[in-house]
Parts: sequence; C-alpha cells; structure tokens
Amino acid sequence: MEKALRKYFPLFALPALICFSLAFLIPMVWGFVLSFCEFATITDATFVGFQNYVRAFTVDNYFTQAFWFTLGFTIVTVISINILAFALALALTRNIPGTNAFRTIFFMPNLIGGIVLGWIWQVVLNGVLAGFEKTLLSDASYGFWGLVILMNWQNIGYMMVIYIAAIQNVPTDMLEAAAIDGANGRTTLFKIIIPSVMPSITICLFLTLTNGFKLYDQNLALTNGAPNHQTEMLALNIFNTFYSRVGFEGVGQAKAVIFTILVAAIALLQLVATRRKEVEN
Amino acid sequence: MKKALALMLIAFIVVSGAFAGGSKEDSGKTEIYFLNFKPEIADVYTDIVKPAFESAYPQYTLKVVTAASNQYQSTLRSELSKSAPPTIFQVNGPVGIAENVNTVAPLQDTDFYNLLADKGMALSLDGNVVAVPYAVEGYGIIYNDAIMRKYFALPDKAVDISSAEEITSFETLKAVVEDMTAHLDELGIRGVFASTSFMPGSEWRWTTHLVNPVLQAEFGDLATAQSAKTFEFKYSKNFQNIFDLYLNNSITPKGMIGSKADADSMAEFALGQVAMVQNGNWAAAQILGTQGNVVADEDIKFLPIYMDLEGEETKGINVGTENYLAFNKNASAEALEGADTFLTWLYSSPEGKEIVTNDLMFITPFSSFSSDEVPNDPLARQVNIWMNKDGVTSIPWVFNGIPSEQWKADFAQAMLEYINGNYTWDQVTATAQDAWAREAELTGR
Repeated sequence: MEKALRKYFPLFALPALICFSLAFLIPMVWGFVLSFCEFATITDATFVGFQNYVRAFTVDNYFTQAFWFTLGFTIVTVISINILAFALALALTRNIPGTNAFRTIFFMPNLIGGIVLGWIWQVVLNGVLAGFEKTLLSDASYGFWGLVILMNWQNIGYMMVIYIAAIQNVPTDMLEAAAIDGANGRTTLFKIIIPSVMPSITICLFLTLTNGFKLYDQNLALTNGAPNHQTEMLALNIFNTFYSRVGFEGVGQAKAVIFTILVAAIALLQLVATRRKEVEN
Repeated sequence: MKKALALMLIAFIVVSGAFAGGSKEDSGKTEIYFLNFKPEIADVYTDIVKPAFESAYPQYTLKVVTAASNQYQSTLRSELSKSAPPTIFQVNGPVGIAENVNTVAPLQDTDFYNLLADKGMALSLDGNVVAVPYAVEGYGIIYNDAIMRKYFALPDKAVDISSAEEITSFETLKAVVEDMTAHLDELGIRGVFASTSFMPGSEWRWTTHLVNPVLQAEFGDLATAQSAKTFEFKYSKNFQNIFDLYLNNSITPKGMIGSKADADSMAEFALGQVAMVQNGNWAAAQILGTQGNVVADEDIKFLPIYMDLEGEETKGINVGTENYLAFNKNASAEALEGADTFLTWLYSSPEGKEIVTNDLMFITPFSSFSSDEVPNDPLARQVNIWMNKDGVTSIPWVFNGIPSEQWKADFAQAMLEYINGNYTWDQVTATAQDAWAREAELTGR
C-alpha cells in the first residue's frame, strides 16, 4: 500500500499541481518580474530596474497614507470582531432557547458579497447621516467608522462559528473539576476556556488580520477612497495606481509586491506569537 | 498491462481537461471583435447591428463585447493581452492613443476613414492616422422650458428679460437662477439645479465637462492643451462662479451631495423637481426613460454654460467628441479588412445609417450622412440647432488634453473638500495647478 502510494503520488498530485501553478505560482512569479518592468499589456514588458519601487513612494504619499489608514482599520477591527464574536459564541453555547436560529442569523451576513454589502451599507449609513445633512464623504472619520461597522457586521458571524465549535470542545471534566474546586465564572473563562480555545483564537486572529489588510470591494463600494484619498486602503490604492496614469502599471505591480511581503510578514509574526500561547489539551 | 492502460487513461483525462476549451471549431468565417464603450446601447449592437451585418456579409461573424460603465480602460487592457484580442476598440482622445501606441493600426487607407467629412478630426501618431471619431456630442445646461416660462410669467420677477433664450451672460443667468430660488414654491420645484453629484464615479460632469470652457479659454485648442506642461487655471474665479451657483441653488444641500449619482440628477430633472441640469445629448435616453417623466420633448433645451468668461455671449454649447475608433494592428489582415468593411457598412449603407440614426442615436461626423439624418431625440436636435446658430460658435472639447485620470481624481477630491468646508477655493486652484504640473511630467510632456 505504502509502496503503491509512493509510486502513484506524482500522478495523483499532478492535476492539483497543474491548477496550482497555472492559477497561482506562474502569475505570482510573473507578477514579481513585472514589478521591475514598464508595460502596457503583460506580454510587452521592458526591464526598468527599481524605478517602479522608487516611484511607488516618491510620486505621491497616498501609498504610505493608505498604509497607516489600513493599519488603524485592521487594529480596530481585529479587536472588535474577535471580542464580539467570542462574546456571542459564549452566549450562544449556553442553553438558551432559539440558539440555532440566532447562530444562523448572525452567520448570514457572511454569505453576501463585498460589493453588495458595501452598497447596502452605503445606503444605510448615508440615510442615517442624512439626518445631519452629511454623507459618508463629508469627513474621513465617517468613512473609517462606516468600514469598521461593515466589517464587523460581515465577519462576526463567521468567527463566532469557529469559536462556538471550539467552546463546545472544551472538555466537560475540566469544567466540572473547576466548578467543584469553586472557580467562579470569571476564573473559569480566563483559566479554562480561553487557554483551551487558543488554537481557534490563532485562526480567527489570522483571518481577521489578513481580511483587514486585504479589504478591497467593501472599500470600493462604500467610499472609493473619498474624501481626498483619506479612506483609501492599500488594495484600492494599488488598483488605482495601476489604472490612473499611462505607464504606471509597473508601479502598481511594485506596490502589490510590497503589499504581499508586508501582509505575509505581519501574518507570520502573529502566527508565531499566538502559537506559543496554545496549550495541549 | 491493465495498470499501464489505466495510467494512460488518467493521463489522457488530465491533459484533455487542462486543454479543454483551447481548441475551437474552424467555421471558415472571419471574426471581427468589437469592444464597445457605451453600455447604454449595448443591446442595440447585439440585437440589431450584429444580425443585420452578418446577413449582409455572411463571411464575417461580429463579436461585440461591452465594458461595464467606467471600466473600459481596464477591460481593454486585459482583452488586448488575450490570444484573441479586439479588432476594433475605442480610445478617448490623444491620451488614449498614448496608452496604446503599440496597438493602434494606420487607418489612412481605409474606406472608413475616407467617410470622415473633416479629416482634421481624426487623431494621428507619427504621421499615421490612427483613430477616427464616430459620434459628435454636445453638452451644456439642459433646462425645462415649461418651468422657465412659468418663471418669466411671474408678476414679481426681478429681471427684465422674458424668455430663457435671452440669457446670454453669466450675470443674467445668475440673476434669473437666484430669483428662481426665491420663488421655488410658486414654480413648483425643489431647487433650480439638479444635484451636483459627487458620489464616487459621478464626478465627471465637473472634472471634465465643466472645466472645459476654462481650459479652452486658457489653451485655445486641443493641440495646445495636450502638450501643456503647466495649467495656470487663469480662469479659476470663473469656474468658481458657476460651481457656486450650482451648489447654492441646488435641490440638494451641500452636505448631501456625496450621496448623489449623476443618474439621480437626471431623474430629478425628468421628474420636474428641478429646472436645470448640466449634461449632454447622451442623457436624452436617461430623461425620456425615467419612469414618471413629466418633461415634454419640446421643453428640453440647451443653454451654454456661462461663467463670466470674456466674449461668452458669442459662445455656444460645448461640441466635440471623445469617441474615437482604432484598429488593433496585431489582429489578422482578414479581420482588419473585415473591421473596415463593417464600419463602412454601418456608416454609409442605407441600412447601417438607419440603425445609426434611429437606434444608436449618434450625430456622426461622416460625409455619408445628410443634415436631416440626425437622431430624433430632443437633445440631439438641440445640438444641431446650436451648432448652426448664427453669431454663435461652439466651444470645442479641449478636456481630452487633461494629462491623466489622476488629475481628474485629484481635482474632484479638492472640489469635494471645498464643498465639505475643508479647503478654500485657492487650495482647489493650487491642487489643480500642482497636479497638472506633476502629471504632465510623469506622462512625459
């Protein structure tokens, strides 16, 4: 069996490998090469060295501005989504009637696509702000908090499902032992439940962190970066750079490479940091 | 043996799966691929133009793809890098040519180019004609004459003139508009001007069209504008005049314009809630197509955009084009010949011309069209009237010389900041100047 597996391994891995390289590896390598080129279509590229990387920062400061905005947004959403999702998961693992209905309702926003969500929330938030004769574009902070609300609404349900699964898997003997030892709810939560669900926290932190950095369609539909690029996030800035000027495709590509490295580095750091806190059950 | 057979079978499935869709049936017909720019008439191309052309020329198949609104450039770029790229595509002017220098084919020997009445309207690159305009458009301030008549019949109006046609200067326009704002209830409207739309993607009426008279006054013509390294914004004050007039006499308060799209503005006009809206003849379909449209065809008229520029009483509406067709030189010779056949058929055969006038609703710049072969919508007729008015010359479109999309975006955002109260007008002016200098340099002027 083992021998047969080893013999046919390349054959069975082949289809997946072809797909993976066609849809991921080749574009990624080619994209990296293109970031050093000036090009209009990807087939006629001329090598220009590091010029694109220099231009990414020197032509305007929108990229760095977008970075700080994205960072602020990610920090706020990672904290708020995880706390709220965990709280909901705790509440919905008690024996309250209608738990399943609530779980479904909270999860549903996740099934709607980003652009649609962006439009829905644009209408809702503009409707609310209309009472004050303002819109989402009147001030950058409206756009920021609008995005935070949208992101929470969309992601809390998904993270909640992960937390619910983890909380249900906390061994009941541990909880019973804690109860017999006289631990109150607070102690049980911080000494038993949270350490036990640490692997899920790792996953949820990873997902919310990368989701926050990579956010694009919601940003496009809600404010499109207005006013004055102040609500423009990294992904949107990259897209806009690519199409805003003749000959700037390479600059957009260079920004995309920087962006990939940045997100990968931050996500890895986070994984290493939280993995250390995980305990064996 | 069995194993080897199974192995071969699997390999075959994998390989054929990977390459499925790569092979294509060869029907002996030449495909002409037209990438259409105008989403509002996408159905006309697929439902009327395609079958008519294919029955007239059975050796060709016509493939029409329409890019989504505001997505033409990105769609074109991805389509051009495919193995079956478009044969005919649209460029929006000199800037569009600069983006596609390696793609555009010479057109001076085509029949299509020879149809053009004024050969000077075509765009050239290195001594070759590379793009031919196919539709002329005009824009200005569209007004609802029924409401205007109502205003001029008021006993306590503050102006001496008695019809909208007598408005020939900014001073008069301003007096009329402000007095109308004072009489909103009597006129039964909620604002004189429709919303100054600033929802993302809806700023183009200000960043290109409204700035055009100012660009024309400073640069004179398109050739000067498209090579200009700097933009002084000499007539910044004039731009502010009209922009403030729009904002202060609008149906929508300043704080709310960020939630208004240009379609909203057209709907407000069609529903009779406002008397005026700045737009062009392409918006006729939007007005007539609004459910509950209350504006009669004969009441839809154009007024030039007055902003207190010198000599503006002799200036008409803005007439020009940003609709040019170019051929892809990387397409096969048969396809290029087919493209020429197709466009010549569309713009010179009786059948094609009828489609152009009645269904596509273009005012064309071709000699094959007589002066009575113009679309029958009210705004197209108005464009024609203004183009032929005595003592009035149309303002040509100079905004095609704007150096990049980024300039428009920066200018739009500065205007939005002005409306939000965060910028003074001087800062808007400075943004327009700085951005022009930067973009002109980046695009290699």
